[in-house]
Order: sequence, then structure tokens, then C-alpha cells
Amino acid sequence: MTSKNRTLFGVSFALVFLLVAENFLPGWAVNMIAMSLSSGLVILGLMVIMRAGLVSFGHGLYFGLGGYGAALGAIFLGITDAFLLILLGVLASGTVSLALGYVISRYRGIFFALLNLAFSMLLFGILVNSASLGSTDGFSIPAPSYFGYVPSATETRVSFALYGIVCVLTYLAILWVHRYLSSTLGYIGEAIRENEVRVEYLGASVRQSIMIKYTISAVLAGLGGALTVLLVGHVTPEDTVYWTRSGEFVFVAILSGTGHVVAPFIGSAMFELVRTYALQYAPGVWQLLLGGVLLIVIMFLPNGIWSLIQRFNRQR
Amino acid sequence: MNTILVASDINKRFGAITAASGINISLESNEILGIIGANGAGKTTFLNMVTGYLRPDSGTIKYRETDITSLQPKQITKLGIHRSFQIPQTFPKLSVFDNLLIATGIAGDARQNMWKPLLSRNTTDFVDDLLARYGILDYRNHEAGLLPQGIRKLLDISMAMVGSPKILLLDEPTSGVSIEEKSEMMDTILDVIGSSEVAVLFVEHDMDVIEHYASRVVAFSEGKIIADGVPGDVMNDSMVRGLVIGSGPEKKPS
Repeated sequence: MTSKNRTLFGVSFALVFLLVAENFLPGWAVNMIAMSLSSGLVILGLMVIMRAGLVSFGHGLYFGLGGYGAALGAIFLGITDAFLLILLGVLASGTVSLALGYVISRYRGIFFALLNLAFSMLLFGILVNSASLGSTDGFSIPAPSYFGYVPSATETRVSFALYGIVCVLTYLAILWVHRYLSSTLGYIGEAIRENEVRVEYLGASVRQSIMIKYTISAVLAGLGGALTVLLVGHVTPEDTVYWTRSGEFVFVAILSGTGHVVAPFIGSAMFELVRTYALQYAPGVWQLLLGGVLLIVIMFLPNGIWSLIQRFNRQR
Repeated sequence: MNTILVASDINKRFGAITAASGINISLESNEILGIIGANGAGKTTFLNMVTGYLRPDSGTIKYRETDITSLQPKQITKLGIHRSFQIPQTFPKLSVFDNLLIATGIAGDARQNMWKPLLSRNTTDFVDDLLARYGILDYRNHEAGLLPQGIRKLLDISMAMVGSPKILLLDEPTSGVSIEEKSEMMDTILDVIGSSEVAVLFVEHDMDVIEHYASRVVAFSEGKIIADGVPGDVMNDSMVRGLVIGSGPEKKPS
């Protein structure tokens, strides 16, 4: 089987498995899967630009725009349909990324990383000072409907409708990015990381390629943000656009590795697990534990968790 | 024969240094034009101006009917003027195959770039065929950054040739390559080039290579052209002997 077919097969199998398993899993596990898939989408977005050698310390901006886009649509426009709310969030982050990408695509390295951080903190400042949006406390949104269907409310378990949407959208996003990365524009990412001069002298525009990657990355982060806010039912500036959140995304991206489109979701799930258990059993030192895990990964698996799977694949 | 590139009255200064002063060069299609000159004579600057990396202070460069003087490198590349570099410009961490695969993708249909998988039976065959023609098939899966200098030069040139350019500019194709390998390398390059309709403009320091492979030679000195003609005449020009080659009949001890 070629790698493309194997990915398609593996991801499709995972989708069916996750949808069926919902019946048997306890509430906390369902919630955790949905949450880690949603934040995995942001990591997937980061991976797209990291392949071009660019790291953003401010992707909380697009995560937050996605989240606030959906939440504001629910509160101020009175939209209850989940699909429309998700679309609003994605549009908000996508549009802003088109404008900012025009400026940011000129910069590389630390300047690229910190410009993103600067813009995300700008949004944070605006949100914190908006009393009508609850400033630091944020606000809650009513439970969404799905083409008119309103699932019966449970406090502790995500509805199957929303869980299903998260799984299916993640599935589609993975296949889309996989296809993109195997196209010429995808390959150009690695080429840009290696030698921009050569790319230009082959006749491709480095800047345009980076802008496209940046927008794709922001759309994925926005999708992740919108889904997360729908899952949680509440949005605050600190949980979405604050720099610690952006840092966490970079942390998980490094943990995951950029070797494959599935890697971000494995990394994201592991991160959720470690955080949940660390918070439960060692609430005082959980950040120390996370730091230790990152240290071990950087020292022994410089290409992230995915390199373990690659190693295993090669041995067969 | 028809003229495809005309540079007229090109001037370029870097501070107190004159890199080009009143340069006039024209290039015929199918011609192989060698450029010689001492270090700092303005050879590479001229190449950089033709490919849009530098803009001349005054003068115009025309490709067929198009004025390309103020275009960017990528636009000039798309018109069909490709180049290789004195220091090979490759993607060092990627394999030789991937280097050429990316070049192939960029040269291909831009509208399909985002959706069509780049790696296919067609592109694989195309790249393997290229590797064979340049004699570097043995290095197919090697990392480009770890190649011997001569092979890396060939890779750089083959990447420049992928989009079937109309003009190929080679900046010192044999520099850093051992004397024994030089003629073999030039033979390989000209073999491939001979089978496609492309005019070549190459900068070279090795007079043997120039005499052997160029159909016309232009000699640069301090930003000026001091001779232009067939290799035999230019090499025997007293000014060229004095300023470029180094005087005396004993060109090299043998």
C-alpha cells in the first residue's frame, strides 16, 4: 500500500472506531477525545507552517478568533445552529489571517514568531477591556442546535451530535492537509525552509506560498477554537488568546513532531492525558511534569513522538 | 539565428566601484557565449542584473520583445531565463530526487499545484530520466548537502534546466571541480543542453574550457567589455592577454 492509501485507510478506520466507541466510553473519555481532537486541529495548523521553518508564538490569536467568532454569533446574532457558528469562527480567523499574513509573510525566524505573539496580545488586550464581553471572565453560550435538532442537555457528557461533528471535521481536515502537503505547494514548504533563493529562481513566489500556508494554518486554528468553545460552552480571553495558550500549542507541536498529519492528534491526546493525570495526582507540580516530558522528548526524540512510530514502521 | 537577449548601455556602481559601465551584449538563440574576466570585473554582477537580482543604474535588458530590466527573479525565471550559481543553490537537507521533484513541480501547471499530488508515476519517471541524463542517478537518494562539489554543481544546473528555459546562465560551472573532472562535466552539460533549444551564457575562469566549449567570448575588465568575438581572436587579443589571462605566451607551464 502506498503511504497515501495507508493514511486514508488508517484515518477512516480511526473515525469509525471513534464514532462507534462513543457508545461504550465513559463521559470523561468522550469529553477528552473531543477536546484533544479540537486542539489537535490547531497543532495541525502549526505543523503546516513549521514545515516551512516558521514557528508562531501567537496562534492563540486564531484559536481565539475562531472561538469568539462562534460565541459572538450565538450571543449577538442569535444563531443557534452549530454549523453556522463554526463557519463564523473559521471565517473570522481566515479573514484576519489574510490581512495579517500580508504583513507577517515578510518576516522569518524570531521576528515571525514574535509578530504573531504581538498581534495575539493586541486582541487579548481588546477582549480584556471589553466589559460587554465579560472582560477576563468571558461569557457562556447556550447549547447549539444541529439543523434544528436540539440534543437533551447533560452536564457531564458532550452530546453525540457535537462529538460526531468534531470527529468528522477533524477527519476531513486531516485528509485535506495530507493532500495539500503532498502537492507541489506542500513540497515548496520544505523547499522554503531549505533555500528561499532557489525557490524564487525556480519561478515560484516564496511570499505567496507562505501567505497560503499561513491562512490554511489560521483556518485550522479557528476551526479548533470554534469547536473547543462549543464543547466547553464558555469562552474567556485567557483560555483562548493569551500567550500561555499559544505557548502550549507550540509545546504540543514540538512534542508531536511534523512528520505526519496524524502526529498532532497523537501529541494532543497525550498532552491532555498527561495534564489531566498530573493535575489530579500532583496539582502542585504538574507544570514541572510537563516540562520534564518535553525535555525527554527533545533529548531522545528530536523529531517528536511521531519518530517513534516511524522507527517502528522501518523495523517491520 | 535570431537575437533573444539584448543588454544595452548597462551601468551599475557599488559605491566607488564600477561593476558595469556601458555594457552592450546580445545573445543569439542556440549560441554558447562565454564570459571571461578577472575577479571583480563585473561578470557575476551582469548575470545578477539579467536575472533580476540586481537592478542596473541605467540601461535596458530586453528578452525578445520584453523589457525585463525591472522584473523580479521569479518573473524572469517564468519567462524562460534560468540560472545556476557559483555556489550551488540546492535544498541541502532533501534528497537529490526531491530537489529535482520540487523543481519539476514548480515548472509544471501552476493551477494544479495545490491539489494534485506531486509524486506520481509521471513525475518519478521524468526525474529519474533527468538524473540518468546528467549521470547522477547513483546519487538519487543522497542528501543534496552532502554531495561532492561536482555532483552538487550538476544538480544545481539540472534544476535550472528543468523548466526547459530558452536562456541558461551558468555562473562558473566548473569552479571547485578538479581539472580531470572539468571536461567530463562540461561534456555532460552540453550533451543535455545540445538536445534542447537553449542559448547558454556562462562565466568561466578556465581558458581551456572557454576555448573548447564557447562559440563566442566576451571579455570583461573593470565593468567594461574589452573584447567580443570568437574564442581564438579574443584569446590572442593583447588587451585580454594583459588584463584577463595574464601576459606572456607561456599561458601555463606544461
